[in-house]
Amino acid sequence: MAGDTILELKNVAAHYGRIQALKGISLSVREGEVVSIIGANGAGKSTTLMTICGIVRASEGAVHYAGQDITRVNADKLPRMGLCQVPEGRRIFPRLSVAENLDMGAFFRRRKRRIRADMEMVYEYFPRLRERRSQAGGTLSGGEQQMLAIGRALMSRPKVLLLDEPSLGLAPIIVKQIFDIVQTINQEQGVTILLVEQNANLALQASNRGYVLETGKVVMADDAASLLDNPDIRKAYLGE
Amino acid sequence: MTHGFRKQLLYFMVALVWLFALLWPLLDINPDGTLGFWRSFAAWMPIAVAGSIVFVLYQIRQAGWLGAPARMLETGRQALGARLSLIPAWVWFVLIAAVFFAIPQFTDRRVHDILIQVLVYVCLGLGLNIVIGLCGLLDLGFIAFYGVGAYTYALLSLHYGISFWLALPVAAFLAMIAGCIIGYPTLRMRGDYLAIVTLGFGEIVRIILNNWMSLTNGPNGVMAKPLTVPLPMFEGGFRIEEVALRSLGDLYYVAFFLAIITIIAVNRLNFSRIGRAWEAIREDETAAELMGVNTFAFKLMAYAMGAVFGGLAGAFFAARMGFVAPESFTFLESALVLSIVVLGGMGSIPGIILGAFAIIALPEVFREFQMYRMLAFGGAMTFMMLVRPAGLIPAKRMGKRGEEEE
Ligand SMILES: Nc1ncnc2c1ncn2[C@@H]1O[C@H](COP(=O)(O)OP(=O)(O)O)[C@@H](O)[C@H]1O
Ligand SMILES: [Mg+2]
Repeated sequence: MAGDTILELKNVAAHYGRIQALKGISLSVREGEVVSIIGANGAGKSTTLMTICGIVRASEGAVHYAGQDITRVNADKLPRMGLCQVPEGRRIFPRLSVAENLDMGAFFRRRKRRIRADMEMVYEYFPRLRERRSQAGGTLSGGEQQMLAIGRALMSRPKVLLLDEPSLGLAPIIVKQIFDIVQTINQEQGVTILLVEQNANLALQASNRGYVLETGKVVMADDAASLLDNPDIRKAYLGE
Repeated sequence: MTHGFRKQLLYFMVALVWLFALLWPLLDINPDGTLGFWRSFAAWMPIAVAGSIVFVLYQIRQAGWLGAPARMLETGRQALGARLSLIPAWVWFVLIAAVFFAIPQFTDRRVHDILIQVLVYVCLGLGLNIVIGLCGLLDLGFIAFYGVGAYTYALLSLHYGISFWLALPVAAFLAMIAGCIIGYPTLRMRGDYLAIVTLGFGEIVRIILNNWMSLTNGPNGVMAKPLTVPLPMFEGGFRIEEVALRSLGDLYYVAFFLAIITIIAVNRLNFSRIGRAWEAIREDETAAELMGVNTFAFKLMAYAMGAVFGGLAGAFFAARMGFVAPESFTFLESALVLSIVVLGGMGSIPGIILGAFAIIALPEVFREFQMYRMLAFGGAMTFMMLVRPAGLIPAKRMGKRGEEEE
């Protein structure tokens, strides 16, 4: 089912001032896959996504997306190339309404009719958002905000969706809903997904493959099923 | 009566005593060293009585004794509100514009003067509102653009005899350049740092105006030609003649015209794609960038557009005064414009218009109170911020854009 490599990191390093957060990350994602990055707090998972998106600049190495080198491409160019991120902590626009938030996801798009159709599609996935469409984003519950953040990213019609800890701070039942939708998005629309999670069990169950990150380095890469069976992983990340 | 009442009564009493303690040294320590009592008491007494009445009314309402009449008022108000909201916004706009258009016919010089000032500050407030209210960038040096616009017109008219209407776009353009120059290096800063740097830039512009003797004539200022309008003349054959506007009533219409242009332009920007990008940047810059907003370009554009309206207002100011000097462009002026935006309601166009009235016109109206003017002004500001922290008319446009083409 998985096609060609669509996203590839080659030996990427990144710094915050003098602190090195990434120490040579290499990973690749093929078209149509769900790939997860797991690791403890502070391992560099969010930094990896921010470096892919060009918010954090790679100090070494290269990021390739859809056959292009995007290491030096500005962050605002990526959504129109089909690469969109749902950042950690959702980061919706709190004083804009739900509909305006979704509209922002389609900021670079011009065709009004298609944007409206996509908004309908998002409302189909998340009926809760339709009910609250004229409410300020900041007044939504945590789960609804996560739905809004995902919906907003979908409005850019991404080919690759980067998800940073969608389960953060949510009740298990909401987390399950959100993961179901993420899998639906992957299967129905063929959106490739790179998923960052601390909740390793959940993430690996939803993924084809997984990478394990420790202090800025990839320490293991394997099929999700093998990782789930691996005794070291079970001990370190699955709490056994 | 409850515990809550006792506590409020105590606060009220303490506030009254505190007010007297503030007034007494102001009024009753005489220059010759003697102390008095009655002058401050006479000033304090009316305030205390008025305060007590308000306090008693408030307590009666809290106790629920005003329930029935209050409810009647409330239903009446709601019914009225429902009727009024049926009238589309542009009707209001035209109505209010018509009233403003007619005002000079019924009023005297003093009123014209105040209204012109208000209109100038409406332009300034709306310009600053783009930077602060929409894009969320604190700018404490906004008055610099006003200064650039004013000096542009003054110098162009003095040296080259260029008329106001030709100088106006030049003033706007130069202010825009100044906006970019100030915007560019500050774009990577946030919050406090941005505030300090813009404050510094404002001062730099003022100091340049003060010291560049060969260009600006320093603290002595520059004379500007009066404002002229081209009018057709029919005596002795048709020709177009530049006629100087000398009466304040005529100048009022020019200010009115500029304010209308500003309001329409800012309104359009507000509801455009650009305005939406500005608001996204204000809400969360990184998220905006992730959604494909070129935050650098849009922030620079916010500075530039804000500066344009500052520059327009400045050119008019120079033409109206006939004279510009650096002392008109101090930090205090920046603070005044900022308080118009904050008091009126950040991001709200009607709010800022009202804010300009409150801050520019009210102190003029209360001129009789003389020395209490600033006291009353400060008190009113504090009170307003407590009662309406989001401004007189808070920006409200929830759900307006994404859904509007329904
Ligand atoms: N804005 C920042 N400034 C400085 N250091 C940061 C910043 N963001 C993250 N770091 C550091 O980089 C490392 C990786 O962080 P992060 O990528 O957020 O980890 P994770 O997402 O895996 O929890 C941590 O040591 C963290 O302290
Ligand atoms: Mg993280």
